[in-house]
Amino acid sequence: MKKLIELKNLTKEYSGQVVLKGINLDIYENEFVTLLGPSGCGKTTTLRIIGGFLDASDGTVIFDSYNISKIPSYKREINTVFQKYALFPHMNVGDNIAFGLKIKKMPRSLIKQKVADVLDLVGLNGYENRDVTLLSGGQQQRVAIARALVNEPKVLLLDEPLGALDLKLRKGMQLELKRIQKEVGITFIYVTHDQEEALTMSDKIVVMNEGSIQQIGTPMDIYNEPENRFVAKFIGDSNIMEGIMLKDFLVEFDNQQFECVDKGFMEDEEIDVVIRPEDIDILEEGNGKIDGVISSIIFKGVHYEIIVETNNRSYLIHTTDVVEKGRRVSLSFYPEDIHVMSRMESY
Amino acid sequence: MHHFKKLISPYLFVLFLFTLLPMLLIVIYAITISKNEVLTFTITFENFQRFFRDSIFISVLLQSFKLGLITTAICLFIGYPVAYAISLLKEKTQTYLILLITIPTWINLLIRTYSWVSILSSKGILNNFLAKFGIGPLNLLYTDFAVIIGMIYSCLPFMILPIHSSLTKMDQSLHEASMDLGANPMITFLKITFPLSLPGVLTGITMVFLPAISTFVIPKILGGAQYTLIGSFIETQFITIGNWNFGSAVSLILAAFILILMSLMNAADRYTNSGDRDEDETRRLKRYAKK
Repeated sequence: MKKLIELKNLTKEYSGQVVLKGINLDIYENEFVTLLGPSGCGKTTTLRIIGGFLDASDGTVIFDSYNISKIPSYKREINTVFQKYALFPHMNVGDNIAFGLKIKKMPRSLIKQKVADVLDLVGLNGYENRDVTLLSGGQQQRVAIARALVNEPKVLLLDEPLGALDLKLRKGMQLELKRIQKEVGITFIYVTHDQEEALTMSDKIVVMNEGSIQQIGTPMDIYNEPENRFVAKFIGDSNIMEGIMLKDFLVEFDNQQFECVDKGFMEDEEIDVVIRPEDIDILEEGNGKIDGVISSIIFKGVHYEIIVETNNRSYLIHTTDVVEKGRRVSLSFYPEDIHVMSRMESY
Repeated sequence: MHHFKKLISPYLFVLFLFTLLPMLLIVIYAITISKNEVLTFTITFENFQRFFRDSIFISVLLQSFKLGLITTAICLFIGYPVAYAISLLKEKTQTYLILLITIPTWINLLIRTYSWVSILSSKGILNNFLAKFGIGPLNLLYTDFAVIIGMIYSCLPFMILPIHSSLTKMDQSLHEASMDLGANPMITFLKITFPLSLPGVLTGITMVFLPAISTFVIPKILGGAQYTLIGSFIETQFITIGNWNFGSAVSLILAAFILILMSLMNAADRYTNSGDRDEDETRRLKRYAKK
């Protein structure tokens, strides 16, 4: 795959406050990349710098092997789907979509054809003459996507585009966006704070916090092999324990030693251990690795969310087994369910 | 909500007393003549006919319209760029500048107009200044120029404020979207910013044009006694000549012309108004309410 965008040491300061602390990121052709993080982590700032709406304080943006850091947004071959769609209220659907093509002075018949095609792509056949302000949120969303895609950009930037939609519509649009991305075959850079959305759609997730990148990886990597406490906490639920890496494949936490599959840490290095709640099995007392008492059971639909109090801490467990509160049980997990991460200063 | 309806009756009374009643009196004056005794009340259109019979009256009306149009056009020409420039500044700076533009309106119009006399008169500030360069003295006071300057001066804030407010109300991401789609700042202004600020422009035009055609203070002070506009004409009828009947008729004629112009303006406003978010919101709510 060809490298399309390269962010080199991007930093951004607003009146003394550093919001981006040196972002280095490569984005390839045809990739669905998601910038994921809590609000204020710098993901939108990064996106706006790529789009040309903000200047970085330092660092460069390489696009297609050209440095575009000083190129204004209207000269970039990049289009954006804005958070609140930003449709032009004084134009109908067709004119909104045709806006970019008209500026390029494309012949009228070709514009008409392209608008019809892209409306077809987003599932709004024949909506050309509708008033954009009278469309539903989901429809406005589709128009915004169509308006960006019709220009055939090499990269589409999407700034939390599904934020304003309700859950069901959102799920539908997630799959739809993925389909559109496959169909047009261009790079999507997607910003969201919703980890589930990121896991569903992305080829690559960039987890950000406080202006720096925490981890870059596939959804599976990010979920199964979080690199630090922040990533583990932010993506899904997790049990995080402080521990010591005694040697390769042997870790100690909760005053017990456990076999694991991690290696490459220093001997006796202080580390964090994460175990996902769905990776813990509940066995009869004495049969597992850690004993405890079930202190709370919450029915979550697909599974139960159970809290087991042990001598050292409480464990969060997701299970479909039927259990009752107050019972003494034993927790069990496989060596590969233990993920060892480097210790971080904060969090 | 329904039972609150009765509570508005006092306001209806106030409305009647202060708005409708004076209007009604003007209408009654306009369709009668002064020789009427209370008991011999004859309705006549003589006052209206008199106005249209005499070309002098009509030319006064036209002259007022001309002056109003010139004032409005120049106010728009100056006011839009000013409002636009202010809207680009930092929010705090904007507040100060808008305040600065508003401050003159806190001072009595008469005083502000007289200050223009001392600026424009043959021994005034401007001529003194020009004399240093060997120019003048120019005859500025009691000319069209003086009247128009005075009118622009007093009307300009009412052009700038609504335009500024419609520009700042605009969603910033619309400009970004336009740039994103390849429009340079010039095209973005012409295709997005300006069309979406039209509601403000129309409000500004209305707020300048209406006082500009009916004012009598400014033309009287800066235009001199020979300068007759429809506003001062009506004033003369009421105060100097004492023909309230004819004065009333002329003000009704003026009101009718304004009404026609306003409805034309409203039609244009409705045409461009799709940019007004609030109205769309109400429209949408209404649709939901119907369901």
